[in-house]
Order: sequence, then C-alpha cells, then structure tokens
Amino acid sequence: MAVTVSIPTILRTHTGGQKSVEAAGDTLAKVIDDLEANHGGLKARLVKEGSLHRFVNIYVNDEDVRFSGGLDAAVKDGDTVTILPAVAGG
Amino acid sequence: MLVIRRELVDAMVAHARRDHPDEACGIIAGPEGSDRPERFVAMDNAERSPTFYRFDSAEQLRVWREMDRNDEVPVVVYHSHTATEAYPSRTDVSLASEPDAHYVLVSTRDPERDEVRSYRIVDGVVTEEPVEVVESYMFSHTGADDTPDRR
Repeated sequence: MAVTVSIPTILRTHTGGQKSVEAAGDTLAKVIDDLEANHGGLKARLVKEGSLHRFVNIYVNDEDVRFSGGLDAAVKDGDTVTILPAVAGG
Repeated sequence: MLVIRRELVDAMVAHARRDHPDEACGIIAGPEGSDRPERFVAMDNAERSPTFYRFDSAEQLRVWREMDRNDEVPVVVYHSHTATEAYPSRTDVSLASEPDAHYVLVSTRDPERDEVRSYRIVDGVVTEEPVEVVESYMFSHTGADDTPDRR
C-alpha cells in the first residue's frame, strides 16, 4: 500500500526538503503514523488531541478528508495525499 | 522589499472594497524563485466574515495544483482588514504558513484612503517591508543604486 504524500513548504524541514514522500497505510491515520515513523515531528503538525488540526487541510486525491471521515478516511494504493496548511487569519 | 506592478495593487484594493465589510483574500502567483508577483487570483473567503478569513479548501487545492503545474509559488498572500489598520492581527501571525510569501494587508476602514502594507511572517515574527509600486518589472530596480557602475 504505497501512497504519495505531497508536503507543503513549511513542513519540508521534516522531510529533508522533499516536496513529496511515499507512505503506507489504508487509512489516513495509518498513513500519518507511517509518515511519523520516517519523518519525525510531522504528526504533531497534523494531528492535535486525536483529530486533524483545524488549520491544516488534508486531501485524498481531490477530496478534503473533513468530508470523508477525517483520520478514518480510506486510502488506496496509488492515491495521492496532499497536505496544505489553511490560509487563514483575522 | 515587495516590488509589485500597480495594476496588481489596484486589483487587491478593488477586491477588498468590493467585499467590504467582509474580509477579502487571495494570492498573486509568480514564477518559483523570482519573487515577482504576476498572476492575480482572488479567492473566496469561506468564512464570509468582517473579522476572519479562510481560503475555501477545494478552491485552495485547485489553485495550488495549478501553481505546481506552472512552477509558480504564492509570491503574495493578501487579505483585508475592514475596521482596523493594515497590520497583521495575532491570528494572522499564529496561522501564517507561507514563510516565503509577502503578506499584504489592505485596510478598507477609511472609504477615502487605501492602506496597503506588506510583511514577512516567519516563525511568529512579523517584519514590515517597503512596497515599491512599479509600472513594469522591466524598468524597475530593486537596489538603492540606479546609476551605472563605474568601471
């Protein structure tokens, strides 16, 4: 189960500068745990108190996972997971 | 310093005035590594609020993919303040996620006078920078020295 994960500029310090990395897992939660195993520190930037960080958008292919199960969202071999920090403020 | 074409400044101000009293937001994309804002993209404020903004997540994915395809980055990230000065709020600072972008603030609090200011926001630190408005990038210069070097 390999998926491609697209990493935003601000989190590339955790991936040695790489724009995208491979990860494994059949749910988003497992993909994030696998990312953390190889790129320590990423999980804390994505997950807060057991749910997705409010100001981070994560998409499986074109779908914002907020509308498809959050951390339980299903991920298939060959999918693309895109992480984008929300652009927001006051 | 932010060097930016006049029409792009006008486009940000026009968007901010149009959406007033809600906050307006968007980006100006430019070639990666150029630091040159070129392509104006007004975004929806999904919050439709006078005190908060957030890019619509589906629109953001579409625009970010388009930039990836074009080897572009968000050179400018702009939004408006509709009742306060053009200075980043605490929320703006804590949520800033593009360390390479110029964060442009447009204030529409005064109907007669446009306020446009630019900042870098990196690791919670706000640094204001000068804005040089030019008619064309071809004839602009970014240094203080506009006389030819002596040989």
